[in-house]
Amino acid sequence: MADVHLPMTLTPLFAGLPRRLDVDAPTVDAAIGSLDERWPGLRDRLCEPGPAIRRHIHVYVDRERAGLETPIGPRSRVDVIAAISGG
Amino acid sequence: MARTLLVVGTRKGCFLLESDADRRDWRVRGPFCEGWPVYHAVLDGDTGRIYAAAASEWHGSAIWRSDDLGETWTHSSEGLAYEDGRRLSKASTLSSAHGRLRVGVEAPGIFESRDGGETFSLLSTLAGQPGSEVWDDPANQPPGHLGISAITADADDAETFWAIVQGIGLFETSDGGTTWTPRNRGLRADWPREHEEVGFCVHKVVRSRADGDRMFQQNHVGMHRSDDRGASWQEITEGLPTEFGFAAAAHPHDRDTFHVIPLDPGHGRTMPDGQAAVWRTRDAGSSWERLSNGLPQRDAYLGVLREAMAGDTYDVPGYYFGTSTGQVFASADDGDSWAEIASYLPPISSVEVATLD
Repeated sequence: MADVHLPMTLTPLFAGLPRRLDVDAPTVDAAIGSLDERWPGLRDRLCEPGPAIRRHIHVYVDRERAGLETPIGPRSRVDVIAAISGG
Repeated sequence: MARTLLVVGTRKGCFLLESDADRRDWRVRGPFCEGWPVYHAVLDGDTGRIYAAAASEWHGSAIWRSDDLGETWTHSSEGLAYEDGRRLSKASTLSSAHGRLRVGVEAPGIFESRDGGETFSLLSTLAGQPGSEVWDDPANQPPGHLGISAITADADDAETFWAIVQGIGLFETSDGGTTWTPRNRGLRADWPREHEEVGFCVHKVVRSRADGDRMFQQNHVGMHRSDDRGASWQEITEGLPTEFGFAAAAHPHDRDTFHVIPLDPGHGRTMPDGQAAVWRTRDAGSSWERLSNGLPQRDAYLGVLREAMAGDTYDVPGYYFGTSTGQVFASADDGDSWAEIASYLPPISSVEVATLD
């Protein structure tokens, strides 16, 4: 199970969504899909049509910048970051 | 006693200002929508549901909604995306009537929801209209990147509505968005245009509640009036301090009375000479009077955006406007006097008013 950390801007948008949770998925895309099943609409908040990760959302798997197809290991740490943006 | 509710969209979320029918004392609630930039927030008169068009730098565009006057909120963008590769940068404007929530977006297009804002589908991109070859190029978008900057519903006919394409002009459909007709005849433009029917910078169109044939328009270059539902326009700028502005509101019972907020047309786009004023005509634009009682007259460089003015429907109507520096001003006497009812909100994008029984 990957250890997934979510940004504080995301969790208020979905009832019961924690900042940190375990997800069993082979890729970043599958992990987001798993979260979207539990919290419908979550994919739209992290991804744009393409599909691609939104411009100001950064995903890291084991501290390496990741894309949707990046594999996730059973002990991976996945950080989803709301990049510095806006004012 | 009736309640008066202002729905205020700001760069840091949606706020609600509530008063009674006297409209003297106001209570502010918010911010809602998790502080997302809100471009336009409205209240559906039939359902009492509040909708807010918002776009987060991080999480994209979504339409927020509240069924309980702001106590709880949810959001959705399901279906609110182009499938042809065009990028939807923001949901700019809303219109809710006849059970249809219409969303104007950039790149220019109109999406519609018939299930109360849960799901959306593309209604029209006005494809093929003169000028569309220009507005489909993202590099040609004017400042603000609003795309469809306003949608005006027809109270009597769900299939008829008007849409402004920013920097291009006004269009009308009478078949729910299948076909369109440019409605810009008689407008002025001080720049070269490639098409006879379009190329006008329409900022704001307001339709009279007292006479559905009558519309007023604040244009980039001048105030205009139509007496034939937008089929033709005549300029009524003379007597105003500038020809430029965004916000406007029509009297709910008198077809000849209309309010507008002129702004300096340069980069500043604030009220002239730092003296705040609303201007009123009672004769359909033949003459104008300056209304400033209660408004700041020194160092008041206030900007007011296109959706940031509204009027209520009381016998003696009230008017409201929000500024780019976070103040809300209200008049409960048809504009004769004004009071500042909120002072420190974030920059205001929109103000809508509703009367609740």
